[in-house]
Amino acid sequence: MSTIAEYKGVWVLGEHRGGAIQPVTYELLGKARELADKLGVQVSCLLLGAGVKIQAQELIHRGADKVYVVDDPKIEHVLEEPYARIICDLIRKHRPEILLFAATSLCRSLASRVAVGLNVGLTGDCIGLDINPEDRCLLMTKPALGGTCMTTIVSRSHRPQMATVRPKAMKEAVCDGQRKGVVEILELQESFFISRAKVLEVVDETASTVNIMDANVIVSGGRAMAKAENFKMLEELAKVLNGAVGASRAAVDEGWIAYSHQVGQTGKTVCPKIYIACGISGQIQHLVGMQSSDTIIAINKDASAPIFKVANYGIVGDVFEVVPLLIKRFQ
Amino acid sequence: MIDYLLTEQQIMIRDLSRQITDEKIRPVAAEYDHSEKFPWDIMKIIAQSDLFGVYIEEQYGGMGGGILELCLVTEEFSRGCAGIAICYSASALGTYPIILAGSDQQKKKYLPAIAKGEKLAAFGLTEPAAGSDASALQTTAEKKGDHYILNGVKHFITNGGDAEIYTIVAMTDKSRGARGASIFIVEKGTPGFTFGKKEDKMGIRASSTRELIFNDCKVPAENLVGREGMGFISAMRTFDMSRPGIGAQAVGIAQGALDEAIKFAKQRKQFDKTVASFQGIQWMLADMATETEAARALVYASAREVGAGVKDVGVHSAMAKMYASDVAMKVTTNAVQICGGYGYMKEYPVEKYMRDAKITQIYEGTNQIQRNIIGMGLIRESSK
Amino acid sequence: MNIIVCIKQVPDTADIKLDGATKKLLREGIKGMINPFDMYAIEEGLRLKDKLGGKVTALTMGPSGAESALREAIALGCDEAVLLCDPAFAGSDTLATSYVLSCAIKKIKDYDIILCGKQALDGDTAHVGPGIAGHLDISQIVNVRKIQDIKEGSVSAQRMTEYGYDVLESQLPCLLTVVKDINVPRLPSLKGKMKAKSATISVWKAADIAAEEARIGLKGSATEVLKVTTPPARPQGKIFEGEGAVDGLVEALKGLMK
Repeated sequence: MSTIAEYKGVWVLGEHRGGAIQPVTYELLGKARELADKLGVQVSCLLLGAGVKIQAQELIHRGADKVYVVDDPKIEHVLEEPYARIICDLIRKHRPEILLFAATSLCRSLASRVAVGLNVGLTGDCIGLDINPEDRCLLMTKPALGGTCMTTIVSRSHRPQMATVRPKAMKEAVCDGQRKGVVEILELQESFFISRAKVLEVVDETASTVNIMDANVIVSGGRAMAKAENFKMLEELAKVLNGAVGASRAAVDEGWIAYSHQVGQTGKTVCPKIYIACGISGQIQHLVGMQSSDTIIAINKDASAPIFKVANYGIVGDVFEVVPLLIKRFQ
Repeated sequence: MIDYLLTEQQIMIRDLSRQITDEKIRPVAAEYDHSEKFPWDIMKIIAQSDLFGVYIEEQYGGMGGGILELCLVTEEFSRGCAGIAICYSASALGTYPIILAGSDQQKKKYLPAIAKGEKLAAFGLTEPAAGSDASALQTTAEKKGDHYILNGVKHFITNGGDAEIYTIVAMTDKSRGARGASIFIVEKGTPGFTFGKKEDKMGIRASSTRELIFNDCKVPAENLVGREGMGFISAMRTFDMSRPGIGAQAVGIAQGALDEAIKFAKQRKQFDKTVASFQGIQWMLADMATETEAARALVYASAREVGAGVKDVGVHSAMAKMYASDVAMKVTTNAVQICGGYGYMKEYPVEKYMRDAKITQIYEGTNQIQRNIIGMGLIRESSK
Repeated sequence: MNIIVCIKQVPDTADIKLDGATKKLLREGIKGMINPFDMYAIEEGLRLKDKLGGKVTALTMGPSGAESALREAIALGCDEAVLLCDPAFAGSDTLATSYVLSCAIKKIKDYDIILCGKQALDGDTAHVGPGIAGHLDISQIVNVRKIQDIKEGSVSAQRMTEYGYDVLESQLPCLLTVVKDINVPRLPSLKGKMKAKSATISVWKAADIAAEEARIGLKGSATEVLKVTTPPARPQGKIFEGEGAVDGLVEALKGLMK
């Protein structure tokens, strides 16, 4: 049994897609570097997948002192079983004190399976990470209760301390092409790759579905939109503002727009720079999905709509009059 | 609302109806009012929740309750949309002749599907020349061997065209006047049975109102409900049962309008104060709420009486129907008034309640006929 | 097909309160509702039963008040319900919670599919579902937006991602977490509500499910809440009115877009 003190190092699981490292990995590495410097330890990055070997150097340039690569066609897609098995084994061997994942939908699931495998705690969707100088523990800050409060969480007696980190919450690590590090390509036995699930098909819907989680500007429509065709107007406004279209549950339930655009309690949580709520009343179930946006703008006919309580700017008016005027002015 | 000391099961029925109203009916009420499409998907949801059978005996697939249970459901649905509510309760109206006068065989054949919500029913009495004067029926049913041949036209029939099962009042013996009418069960699709155009109505627009046209329509003799000549008595007994239901519909409409008026008055500000803070408005709301509650109490009391099998319930059920529908018209008119200009606009839900309320004073016996019933009943009572 | 649906009773969104000492959610005495995502899980379980036959068991860990959530699940159509209720469970983080649930599932023994909602609206973690799969060492498919097929011994489903979806096939038994897109939950039926009223709900304590004391409750939790802060309230916004309203908004927007 190792003691807490024997765990050293900050580890990051790298995210990749379509042969390229995802920006969130650079955000994780940036924060990992900061934490590691405070602790006086190294930063390592795990890279699992197929055809990913060549990406390893990029991770060194972004701040990793060491990169562990497992490259095998059997793990081309994220599958919790083999990934968790491989990660747990590496963690048990090398004993880092901190392990960070991106809070993407698959990595949150993977992180949970890894945490159970290692019998450690996991704090999800962190927007802040810091080191407590007194006990070297990781301070993990995350929104809770639908964003109505911030909690700071610690895991004192378990190692590694695990957290998933919300994309875009941290700053990307700077790329230093001169930076040197160690890349270790691991050859693992067949048994590591056993998986009772397999991926049959990957369907890309990004052409039709902008990932609203990435957008800086979201133009969102609610019940007042009245029908599907009226969302075209919001698409136009989103286009001239370089943003994406969101929707309240009411609009999605009516079938006016796909579920992938839904913002709120049973949809996505977003925090763009600008959130424009068009004809959305602002029920709590919607607010929990967007109230941490930098700037909220509301357009609604009803002056008493709750959305105006959280909006930085608002117009009490008809969306069908205001939005076309906005489109004209920004074209 | 007064605590009417409902049983646990009645509370369950009311709460489930309320859930359906709030989650499924309210969101689509305006759309159906506009499109006049028949609300089949709401009917399906009601069927899945077992509510179509609340007034039907368990042995025929129902939940074993009675008129009060039917009223509780109808009132809740009407708070959301009276049009959708009437699709549900008019089916009960069409079913009651079978329940009251049908043979065990007929009940076994028709009630289970109605209780499950698989089929809707409709009651066919009214004709172009026979409204309040129901005895002026012209539709005939001539016996020919093991069949009856129906000829005639019914009009203003709720669920006409969408129901599968129709209980039709027709004259089997014109010479006997009121005692010459009989009730027949006629299924949709029977050759010689067609429908007229759908009526374009002031209110309850989600429901379908059509003419029923019988042209040498052959109906098996076993579809005669009860005996020949019993038609009128069965029809009047049916109305005794169904009047509290219309009363319940009216109470639901009144409550819905009252709730909207209060909501509006609390947030609308004029002269730097909320409209709700004006004494005049508070007095209007007080009267509206008191009358709605009084109507509700009368409807429930009448429904309990009818459900308990008390004899001679006609006068009280007439009172319930008449009072509740007059209250609904008054309350909805005042609700629009309280909402001012906004109340008049279709974008706001309150004008629909006013349009929907009117019919409750007219159908299933106009309030003038109800007053006849009550008046004659009083005089009959006092001469005993 | 034996299906287990794990549900959680969460506070009605408006009633959220925290315990001052443990800084954990106050659950006793608060009006609760079934976690919205779990409603989709229950519905999916019932649809699978409607299609393939079998049994649906609803399972939850919570205070005694969580029984009402289980009765709701029975009213919707679940055949059986189990409440894991023991003071020793209180204060569990997601590691301890998924451990407790997995012990109960091991006791139930016969299962082909475990369904969970993607995440609970109070914790927002999405950890418990995958955690249960980890403890049971079974396969998992998360964020399912559609179950495509269930055949002898395997299930295929669409797993929603930020970019679209993946189609996965897994051996049974399998744990699936579901998202809203998967179905439209049914309303309870009257017969269901009456059945739920008189239904017997099994209540299991730690000893009944052989849960080790050191792995449950606050003791078994690996994380603790250090502090809670409420973010500053958003300042009162500016409402543009009258003639120049749109102009004012445009200027503000232009300023933000720089």
